[in-house]
Order: sequence, then structure tokens, then C-alpha cells
Amino acid sequence: MDADYELLIRPKGPWLSIEWRELFSYRDLLWQLVKRDFTARFKQTVLGPVWFFINPLITTVLFAIVFGRVLGASPKGVPSLLFFNAGLLAWNYFSGLLSSTGNTLQGNVHLFSKVYFPRLLVPIAQVFSNLIGLFVQFIAFFVLVFYVWMTDPTFANVHFSGRMLWLPFIILHIGALSLGAGLVLSALTAKYRDLQNILGFVVNSLLFVTPVMWPLATLQAKFPAKCDTFMVLNPLISIVEAFRLALIGVGSFSLPHYLLSAISSLIILGMGVILFQRAARTFVDQA
Amino acid sequence: MSRPMISIRGVSKRFRLGAIGISSLREELQRFWGTFSADQKPLTDFWALKDISFDVAPGEVLGLIGKNGAGKSTLLKILSRITEPSEGEISLRGRVGSLLEVGAGFHPELSGRDNIYLNGAILGMSHSEVARKFDEIVAFAEVERFIDTPVKRYSSGMYVRLAFAVAAHLEPEILIIDEVLAVGDQQFQKKCLGKMQDISSREGRTVLLVSHTMPVILQLAERCVVLEKGQVAFVGEPDKAVEVYLNGGGECSAVEFNVEHLPRTVGGTLDAKILSLRFNRALPIFEADEDFEFVLKIRARERIRGARVSIVIFSSDGTPLGACFSGGMIEARGGDESELEVRLPNPGLAPGAYHCGVAIGKGTYKSGHNDFDVVLDTLKFEVCAAPGEETALSYWSHQWGRIVFKDLCVTGAQRETVGV
Repeated sequence: MDADYELLIRPKGPWLSIEWRELFSYRDLLWQLVKRDFTARFKQTVLGPVWFFINPLITTVLFAIVFGRVLGASPKGVPSLLFFNAGLLAWNYFSGLLSSTGNTLQGNVHLFSKVYFPRLLVPIAQVFSNLIGLFVQFIAFFVLVFYVWMTDPTFANVHFSGRMLWLPFIILHIGALSLGAGLVLSALTAKYRDLQNILGFVVNSLLFVTPVMWPLATLQAKFPAKCDTFMVLNPLISIVEAFRLALIGVGSFSLPHYLLSAISSLIILGMGVILFQRAARTFVDQA
Repeated sequence: MSRPMISIRGVSKRFRLGAIGISSLREELQRFWGTFSADQKPLTDFWALKDISFDVAPGEVLGLIGKNGAGKSTLLKILSRITEPSEGEISLRGRVGSLLEVGAGFHPELSGRDNIYLNGAILGMSHSEVARKFDEIVAFAEVERFIDTPVKRYSSGMYVRLAFAVAAHLEPEILIIDEVLAVGDQQFQKKCLGKMQDISSREGRTVLLVSHTMPVILQLAERCVVLEKGQVAFVGEPDKAVEVYLNGGGECSAVEFNVEHLPRTVGGTLDAKILSLRFNRALPIFEADEDFEFVLKIRARERIRGARVSIVIFSSDGTPLGACFSGGMIEARGGDESELEVRLPNPGLAPGAYHCGVAIGKGTYKSGHNDFDVVLDTLKFEVCAAPGEETALSYWSHQWGRIVFKDLCVTGAQRETVGV
């Protein structure tokens, strides 16, 4: 027992309080939560984690047919399956994390009103369990690479290179942005339950304005003047484009835009943590 | 050690009545709009806790009692950091484990084993700590055979047993227990209480125990805080605290109870109605060897004959102690009001607070009975030891129960001494 241990409970703590030591002391819970998310999702399903890559594979094929063949949105000379799947990898991590963190407080009110532990652990656990999902999806990606290599002559235009080493940073970037946005949303939904309804809507809308089913080059060609504004407004544009460039060598990269996206992601993350921690302190009173 | 383990200083908790359950943006916008217009609805503040201060010494078992809505749960939630106070400060000199609810975070799809680790982690135990106590937890919950079965297949009894077992194996310096945790069938409840006693008696452990069951409080607590309407009504000896709690804080001093218009909790045919109950004395206090007597005023609706009075005496925690019936000799004509003197020859009650349920009706133990009217929880009285006398009654302990039997008779044949 710590002789000097003393915990003060006061109204209205500092505007940002993260107790790193406490968070660290609950690390076992983090691991348990990740495990819970992961196993609970696939217990009692016949195919189990296979769903993790069946989903993106089916979506990829649909995108390739609708946006590639019918609308001709994918860039010429690049295997459309790989183009869409690469975009979807980045997008799924973002949207999966945002959907699962965007309602953290309200969704766990039964737990949070009964027992205390650092509330931030729940969304952080989501970062990891979605990351595991992303890894499984990478397996699907490589299956697809093998298939395309066997069948598609345009595979020659796909470049795997040292740029792949950037992927961990880009994934971290996606995680930060998505977690930040999720925390902001869950702080807001804790207070205004109406906003729960817009979570799905936000995710859906973002899909359309992010270069997942179209390459950034198309946007630049059609709106050369406004493209900059779009990229500033939606930090996801630079990220998804950079992700695809790093993974299959298709896409463009502009350092200033990317840095801007990184800065705005960090701001959103910071805002998210502050709002979330504030809301978490007393939200059970209203629940 | 002189420094208190828990020190609560002027803690208040306010709820904005208008703001509770502000769940929609529309309401908020309306309120925002309201600030510009004249017809602004004022927010009403509701103080769930008002200026609470008390200390808990290291190693002490403190009972916390109060009626529903007195603020117990709010205080517990603040102490266990689920929510924050609006004013005041609490300092805790040890890690807090709170057992406000068992099974928080149990996941139905996961096995008993996984849930033990998950729930343990949620309650703040490390993986190795849970691993060390794993067998003990499983044995306590009596679920050895099903430990790898998903808990959704558990019976509800197994589920709560497992949940309690995990919580009961927490080892923080400060333990906050809500007594509703004693769950399951009678046998397991006994085990739970035994475990709580075990936990609280272990050295250095500070325990805050909340309960509605007075015997539990009397058995476990060393000191008691009574909360009433968000304020501390009493701090001190458990015996005294329980009486304060049961008498709603006010001294028990009424001798006449007009019950004609009191809503009844037990329905009767109302062929005759009880109008009032009265003690013919200055205070509702009886000496321990006195007869218990009161006056009952009734009004018959129609002609009744062969009716009788029956009473049940309850101890202050609501346990019925005994009952008796009068003979069926009451007669009255419709519309008559009559006063009946009721006397129970020395019932042998131990010093303490009691209340008496009174019924008028027909029938007896044997024939089955049919009550015209029943009044419960109203006729409150106290029994005290005769002043100035030094008898066992002056030192009556709650552990001896509520009834003083007649003096014990001991007889024995004189034995021949062997040897010497």
C-alpha cells in the first residue's frame, strides 16, 4: 500500500485531464476489451473471422463492376480490383473505427454508470481491435494480388516499392483522425442523443467525398480550381490517396496537403480527447 | 493512524431538473431560443446531496443507510468516481473498489473463464491477480463444470454467483459495497454475507456498506451514517442510527393516529372501518414488563357481529415478531362508532422500536379469516427498560433478538461427588 496515495475528487477538474499512470495501470483491461470485441463479434458465426475479408472482397468486386466497368471511374491501365481494394482498406479502417467509437459513451452507459475505469480505454481498445481487422483484410488484399497477377495484364503497372514502409505512419494517421472524430461524436451524442442518427449518415457521406471509388486525379481534372479547398476541408482525401500510392504505387502525393491533413487530424484528435474527457465525467447524470 | 481513509468535505450534488434527460437537440435549441424571449422556463435545481461531510477511519466498517432517494446511490457513485460532485471535495487515501453492481461488463457470448478475466479487469484487477485467484473464484461461484460455457447458457443463479464471486475477490484498500449484492438463493446469500464479513474484518480494509437490511448493518457496521433527503441526519452507533433511520429522523412521540383517510396498503371489505388508534399515555413508550395497550375506534358500515381484532407486532426493521387474535365478541350496528380497548398482556418485547399492525375482521387462526380493515405501519411505539432498575433489559443486545422470554428454569438432581 502506498502511504502517500491520495486521490482527490473535486468538481470540474482541469480542462484536460488524462491520468497516464492510471491508464497504464489498466493495461490488462485494454487487452481484455480488445479480446472481447474480437471474439464476441465472431462467436456463434459459422465463418468467424472469414467475414473480415469476405466483406471487403464483395465490396471490391461490386465497386469494380459498378464504378470500374459501368461508370469507368477507375484509372485506366490499373487493375481495378486492386485500385478499389486498396482504397477500401484505408476506408474500412477509418469508417469501422469511427462507427465503433462514435457512440462510446451512450452505447456503454450501462457499464459506465456502474463501475469506474478510465473511459478512454474503450475507444482506445477499438483502435486496436479495428487494427486487427485491418490486418486480416490485408490477407484478403494479397489473395487478390495473386489473382490479379495471374489474370490481369495491367498488373505490370502496379508497383510495390519501398514506399510501403510509409504504411504504418499512414495507418497511424487514419487511426488518429478516426479516433478524434469518434471521440468528438461520442461526446456530442452523450449530450444530444439526436446526433446518434447522424453517425451513419456522416460515415456514408464521407465515403462519397473521399477518393475511394474514384481517383484524386479525376477530381483535379474536373475542378482544378476548387480541388485545393476540397483537400483542406476533407483531410481524408490526402490520406486515402497517399495510402494507395504507398500500397500499389497508384496515386499522387503532395507534401503540403498531406502535412495539412496531419495537422488537422491532430487538432481533431486533441479536440476529441478534451471533449470526451469532459463529457465522460458527468454524462451518467443525464443518462 | 489518525488521518482518515476517506474524508468527505461539504459534498453536494445538484441535478438540473430541467436538464435531466435533456436528450434531444430540439429541447436544447428551444431552451437556447428561450433565453432571448420573455417566456423563459426557469431551471429548477434539485440537490440530491447537500453539504455532506464525514470521515471514515482506516480499517473501519461504516454503514450507510437511508430511505430510497436519500442520496445513498449518488454518494456512492461520487465515491466510486462514476460521476462528480457539484461542490465539495473528497479525498481517498487508498484505492477504491466498488461493488455497486455485479456482472458489469459481462459478455453473454464469452465463456465463464473469459468473463472472469474481463470483469476482473473492469473492476481494476490485473491479469496476474485474477489468475492467482481464479480457482478460488470458480470454487466460490460453484460453476466448475461450466467454466468454459458461454455465460448466456448459465442459469440466472449461476450468472449472479459468478459475478459476485469475481467482485468479492477484489482487494482494494477501500471497499464500497452495496448490499443488494447479496444475491441468489438463501444459501448463497448467507455465503455472500459471510464473505462480506470476512472482507470487512480483514485488517486494514476500510469498508463502506450500504444496506436496507438492518440486521446486516447491525451485524457488520461499527459506525453508521444516516442520510435523509440528501443530508447527514445522524452519525454514530449503529443501534441508534437504525432507530433514527426507521423513525424517519423524527422522535417517535405521537400517541394518537387518525387513520380514517389514510390510504390502506392491504385491502379489506370495509364492513367496519378503523377510524383512529390511540395510546392512553403521554408518550408511546412502554416499559419492558408492561402490558401493551391501545384504544381502537371503529365505525361499522352495516351490522356486524362476532367480529374480532387482531394485531401483528413488527420490529423496527419490518420483521413480524408475532400476532394474536381477540375472541369474536365485537358487535355493532350499522353507522355505529365504537371505541375498543385492546390489551396484550406483557408481550415480552425487548427494548427498542416497534410498530403494530391492527386489523378488524372475522374468523380466527383456524377458520381462516376475513378482514374488514387493516392498518399497518402506523401504530409506532417504543419499549424501554424500567428506569432505575439494573436488569438484563438495561443491557439488551440486538444480537439476542427482540423477544425476552420468561425467566429460565433450571433444575437438576444433585449428583454424588465421586472420589475425594
